[in-house]
Amino acid sequence: MVLEELQEIAKIENERQGQFEHTINVCVAAGCLSCGSQELLDAFKREIDKRGIEKWCNAKGVGCLGLCTAGPLVSVEPSSTIYKAVTVSDVPEIIDALTGSPVSRLACSSDMSFFKKQQKIVLENFGAIDPERIEEYIARRGYESLFAALRDMTPSSVIERIVKSGLRGRGGGGYPTGLKWTTVMKASGPQKYVICNADEGDPGAFMDRSVLESDPHRVLEGMAIAGYAVGADKGFIYVRAEYPLAIKRLKKAIAQAEQLGVLGRGIFNTTFNFEIKLRLGAGAFVCGEETALIASIEGSRGNPRPRPPYPAEHGLWGCPTLINNVETFANVPTIIRNGSDWFAGFGTEKSRGTKVFALAGRINNTGLIEVAMGTTLRDIVFDIGGGIPEGSKFKAVQTGGPSGGCITEEHLDIAVDYDSLTKLGSIMGSGGMIVMDSTSCMVDVAKFFVEFCMTESCGKCVPCRDGSAQMYHLLNKITRGQGRMQDIHLLEKLCDLIKNTSLCGLGMTMPNPVMSTMHYFKDEYLAHVIDKACPAGVCNMKSGGRQ
Amino acid sequence: MKKVSQIQTLVIDGKEVGGRHDETILQVARENDIFIPTLCHLDGLTEYGGCRMCIVEIKGMPRLTPSCTTLIREGMVVTTNSERIMEYRRGILALLFTERNHICSACVSNGHCELQGLALKLGLTHVEFPYIFPKMPVDATHDRFIADHNRCVLCSRCVRVCHEVEGAHTKDIMGRGITARIITDLMQDWGESKTCTGCGKCVHVCPTGALTEKGKSVAEMEKRRQFLPYLKLMRERS
Ligand SMILES: Cc1cc2nc3c(=O)[nH]c(=O)nc-3n(C[C@H](O)[C@H](O)[C@H](O)COP(=O)(O)O)c2cc1C
Ligand code: SF4
Ligand code: SF4
Ligand code: FES
Repeated sequence: MVLEELQEIAKIENERQGQFEHTINVCVAAGCLSCGSQELLDAFKREIDKRGIEKWCNAKGVGCLGLCTAGPLVSVEPSSTIYKAVTVSDVPEIIDALTGSPVSRLACSSDMSFFKKQQKIVLENFGAIDPERIEEYIARRGYESLFAALRDMTPSSVIERIVKSGLRGRGGGGYPTGLKWTTVMKASGPQKYVICNADEGDPGAFMDRSVLESDPHRVLEGMAIAGYAVGADKGFIYVRAEYPLAIKRLKKAIAQAEQLGVLGRGIFNTTFNFEIKLRLGAGAFVCGEETALIASIEGSRGNPRPRPPYPAEHGLWGCPTLINNVETFANVPTIIRNGSDWFAGFGTEKSRGTKVFALAGRINNTGLIEVAMGTTLRDIVFDIGGGIPEGSKFKAVQTGGPSGGCITEEHLDIAVDYDSLTKLGSIMGSGGMIVMDSTSCMVDVAKFFVEFCMTESCGKCVPCRDGSAQMYHLLNKITRGQGRMQDIHLLEKLCDLIKNTSLCGLGMTMPNPVMSTMHYFKDEYLAHVIDKACPAGVCNMKSGGRQ
Repeated sequence: MKKVSQIQTLVIDGKEVGGRHDETILQVARENDIFIPTLCHLDGLTEYGGCRMCIVEIKGMPRLTPSCTTLIREGMVVTTNSERIMEYRRGILALLFTERNHICSACVSNGHCELQGLALKLGLTHVEFPYIFPKMPVDATHDRFIADHNRCVLCSRCVRVCHEVEGAHTKDIMGRGITARIITDLMQDWGESKTCTGCGKCVHVCPTGALTEKGKSVAEMEKRRQFLPYLKLMRERS
């Protein structure tokens, strides 16, 4: 494969797409599929056949359109109309409207903040390409960056571009990606590996899953570029088995890429080889932790081990290993293509680029969004997210899942980046955002996350294994109206112990939801303990006489 | 390619000490008669880093660090016994006591138990947290040994000795978090195990009364651990 061939594929594909005056894009990512978008796509195809208009009208499945709350979503090009909650019976009407004005009953307003205020880099192809056809990815300049890296750049210059872009790991920790790549490149060893962490275990998070379902080739390309940069010829994607659609599309994508020769041996007629294999995780949250993940790929129990040594020096089977998150890799092709200055033009000084968030909870526009770093929480929740359901009042937004904390009204105007969230006692995490209103009890929220950590703790180290069980017990007591002041003191003590003595990130960050709710909502804890009342009316204070 | 060993100097509890670059803080401390409590560590086995008893403070690091898994570095300043560390160690030990059923007066290992020894040594006089008292099984199907899961602290010494020294890999851990437990083969009765060689190494490395020999009554079960460093040394020589 040479550049001309790649461009030829792009040209043919663009011509193919150009012959259609109208394209109907039906979202076939997991969210919309679950409300029947496959039948909808079939219905569009049948209707097009029936009317005999297949020469100028095309219906295809595409990746996530973002506004998952209102699925199934359909976008119509070239008018860029987006229809929400479309049913099979709406199909004829939408096709009729192709040549006229949109079906106003179903159309989302095009200047809706949800679409306007986003900045798409990782999600640039979402809703536009069919994730199961490599040609469509190539038509949007896919694999050009890999070509450019292999043919025109040295590994060091690839790394330099990543360093200069300021990209930081999107898997939670925010570690500078360029620095990690440099370390792996410099580590000595005949064999090196690249691992893509697609374990995504935070409750409520679906960013990585959407990327894999909607634009899988972007991740493959990012991994291959990374492999070239650090000197690895083998890559693994560790993806949880609960994501069957992502797995299916990844498998298909890998097969297509190998067939075209953009993965495999002698890529683009160079001496660079890179193969990618899938490894399925059985759904343990802790297997997202990098050392546990590596143990799991090696076939062992998914227990974390102490670091250092870091995987960059001593990773998979003892070899230097680069491990990055799905979204981190997904940024790479665009950075190579558009340059580091372009990328660094988005975001804040210490957090460059954009971040994908999964909005969930008590918010009108549940779904997947991508915004420039530095966007305020207020914009995210009230403009893009469309605010809180009517008649209710915003209380807090929880970021970072079980490792994060709550952010309250008074801090809504901060610019979201790694450092600002940490300062407020939360973390960026992988991008889950759960919005809570006056119907949420913050003690109950803390209990939910602690219970999650208790059941997901691997059990290796004592503070996390037993501390989580004790914290859960105390919170359970408090939410049943049996708490005493002393229990609050014990909770504080446990938080401090677990945070400072646990082995891995799961234990270290598990106290965050408790500490942050105790900090911002102490009054709710006190109401449970002193007045035996749950202000939000969530906890059943008289339940259970036990304990 | 053998790496040349480098000597590095550091300060532990105000004392200037030296060690090889591939030695852990714990090793160097012990060579210098500085006491650090341990539970999952055992000379002759790979390090595990699970019990967190051996935590120390390293200057410049906000969190505590396990000394058994941390290699020394030139210029490190380590504290092993500040009040803060002792408080955390007591907290961790207290959590271990609440986890299962540790009623010493009814245990064959009473007086020879490392968990009990640690409690005495660290001055753990009371436990603030409620006891969980789960009902755990006792496996007495083996001819000579008993596994009483009520006494297990999940230190994984038995798993490691069986895999690393005996080479049988009969013992392993099943389940996660608070429900994790030691199993024999694929959760079979010990007496039915086809892989267990009956060597008894696991029994002798077990710090508590979880693995014991049959026929011992209260406080009679003494364990012999000296075989392990000796075996290892002999194997390395040959
Ligand atoms: C308990 C735990 C769970 C984690 N889960 C994930 C995960 O699901 N996906 C992920 O990318 N990183 C996860 N991480 C972070 C990884 O350990 C690792 O830092 C990350 O994959 C590095 O990639 P990055 O530098 O691109 O962020 C988790 C960490 C911990 C402690
Ligand atoms: S902190 Fe929790 S999850 Fe991490 S090693 Fe310890 S027990 Fe396992
Ligand atoms: S049985 Fe004994 S050696 Fe094995 S994990 Fe339990 S306490 Fe440790
Ligand atoms: S002895 Fe170091 S963690 Fe157990």
